[in-house]
Amino acid sequence: MQTLIEINKLNLFYTAFHALKNVSLKIPEKAITAFIGPSGCGKSTLLRTLNRMNDMIPGTRIEGTIAIGGTDIYSNEVDVETLRKKVGMVFQQPNPFPKSIYDNIAYGPRLHGIRNRQQLDEIVENSLRASVLWDEVKDHLKRSAFSLSGGQQQRLCIARALAVNPDILLMDEATSALDPISTLKIEELAQELKDRYTIVMVTHNMHQAARVSNQTVFFLNGEVVEYADTEKLFSNPSDQRTEDYISGRFG
Amino acid sequence: MRSEVTQPMKASGKSPIKLDFRNEKSHLLDKIVPILLFLCAALSILTTIGIVFTLITETFQFFQKVSIMDYLFGTKWSPLIDPKSFGVLPLLSGTFMITIIACIVAIPLGLASAIYLSEYAHKRVRKIIKPILEVLAGVPTIVYGYFALSLITPLIRGIFPDTGVFNALSAGIVVGIMIIPMVCSLSEDAMSAVPRSLRDGAYALGATRFEVALKIVVPAALSGIVASAVLAFSRAIGETMIVTVAAGATPKLTADPLESIQTMTAYIVQVSMGDTPHGSIEYGTIFAVGMTLFIITFLLNILAQYVARRFREEY
Ligand SMILES: Nc1ncnc2c1ncn2[C@@H]1O[C@H](COP(=O)(O)OP(=O)(O)OP(=O)(O)O)[C@@H](O)[C@H]1O
Ligand SMILES: [Mg+2]
Repeated sequence: MQTLIEINKLNLFYTAFHALKNVSLKIPEKAITAFIGPSGCGKSTLLRTLNRMNDMIPGTRIEGTIAIGGTDIYSNEVDVETLRKKVGMVFQQPNPFPKSIYDNIAYGPRLHGIRNRQQLDEIVENSLRASVLWDEVKDHLKRSAFSLSGGQQQRLCIARALAVNPDILLMDEATSALDPISTLKIEELAQELKDRYTIVMVTHNMHQAARVSNQTVFFLNGEVVEYADTEKLFSNPSDQRTEDYISGRFG
Repeated sequence: MRSEVTQPMKASGKSPIKLDFRNEKSHLLDKIVPILLFLCAALSILTTIGIVFTLITETFQFFQKVSIMDYLFGTKWSPLIDPKSFGVLPLLSGTFMITIIACIVAIPLGLASAIYLSEYAHKRVRKIIKPILEVLAGVPTIVYGYFALSLITPLIRGIFPDTGVFNALSAGIVVGIMIIPMVCSLSEDAMSAVPRSLRDGAYALGATRFEVALKIVVPAALSGIVASAVLAFSRAIGETMIVTVAAGATPKLTADPLESIQTMTAYIVQVSMGDTPHGSIEYGTIFAVGMTLFIITFLLNILAQYVARRFREEY
């Protein structure tokens, strides 16, 4: 598999707090990479460096490099808005805009200059189909996004992210607020999407990581402890701390 | 042990644990406090009823002597000078001219500063500016009146030399300046209440700060923003001191903001301060005008509440 994201000796500080320590990782394209680890170990922090959402937190400082497709995303030539268009994100809590289902999906494309009604209709339909929500909502696209269930809202948020045609999809515990059936749907969705997108997901649910991901990274206190094929990491971890964590001895 | 678990609980009195649920405190305070609180609430309601009652009876008496049609549609207001004329339109137009000028100043500036404070300013800057705004809102309006007269009016006269010493433009601008803090503060509250997660959702799609402010935050906070605009409007209508000092005392049906005009509030001040005999028809005019003002502000407040509910975007 080809490497798409290359993180090299990354250190991140929240003012004085050293949140990521010397992280080096190669994330392959068109696969699902899972970040696991106990609460506060820096999974979300690392995920947010990939679309530079940390830029908005005052006092954050980073050292080291992150290259996506060969370009250092923290270099001066990189336009943050374009980067975020290419690197979509889905959050822990579904966060649809207080607008109609249609306008939620069309928000991103409109932002990036698409005005043509027919083109927008097409994007909305394709995105909703890709997130397996189309059949449930196609008859009431004008309805408020809040009329959807939590699981549907999360799939709407995924569709919204897909609508700007990203290459990478970041999912930060995207199923932790959902019921088991919705969770399963999103996992199936992720499986389907990985043929077209590179997916990086943070999860607290080790079974989920084991079920859906190709690669798994185990973090502890801001450091990468182990990084391996998911099957290998769960069946035959090479680090004692990984074994302790996945067998539920701490975390 | 096992039998205790399977058997249903009965209040047999045989339980070895004794709990006393009787109240240990005296109930006296609990009985007096609601009565006292009710009396306070009743007092303010009674006062309001009293005011409205006086307004209504006096207005009623006034309209026994003056035709309501002449009042509502007459274009000349000179109740104190013969030949008397009781057309309220000049006062209404004066009031609305001031209000519209004030809103043109206050709503864009208030909204812009609210967007700045809520979306751009550092936390530290916001912490300094917010209390300053609140202090500004507490400056006595007479101070603003003299600010209009001694600073804004000369400025306007510098540009348009024909402008009168008393004019609607100067007073309107300063009424606007006076209500900027209110518009800003209320709109900022509404915008700050928009959850962080909505902004993050938009940023993650590649929105710029300005796009997030304009296309996410403002629409989501629209009910609060519109309500603040309606309140600004009703505050401008009721403003008294600034217009008394700076807008003049010439009831005039005009569209020229550089002329001296008179608002309803300023007229009420003029008559109350003068030596118009109580009970006379001239004196009755202030109740009719007061009633008109009351109805307008009352309707505006209802509109503000309706708007706040109607435009609420849930999040
Ligand atoms: N904005 C912030 N300012 C200061 N410290 C922060 C900030 N965000 C996170 N941290 C700290 O950085 C560390 C890593 O946080 P992060 O949110 O990345 O953890 P996480 O692995 O995602 O945890 P969880 O599983 O609970 O979501 C934590 O110790 C946290 O307290
Ligand atoms: Mg997290």
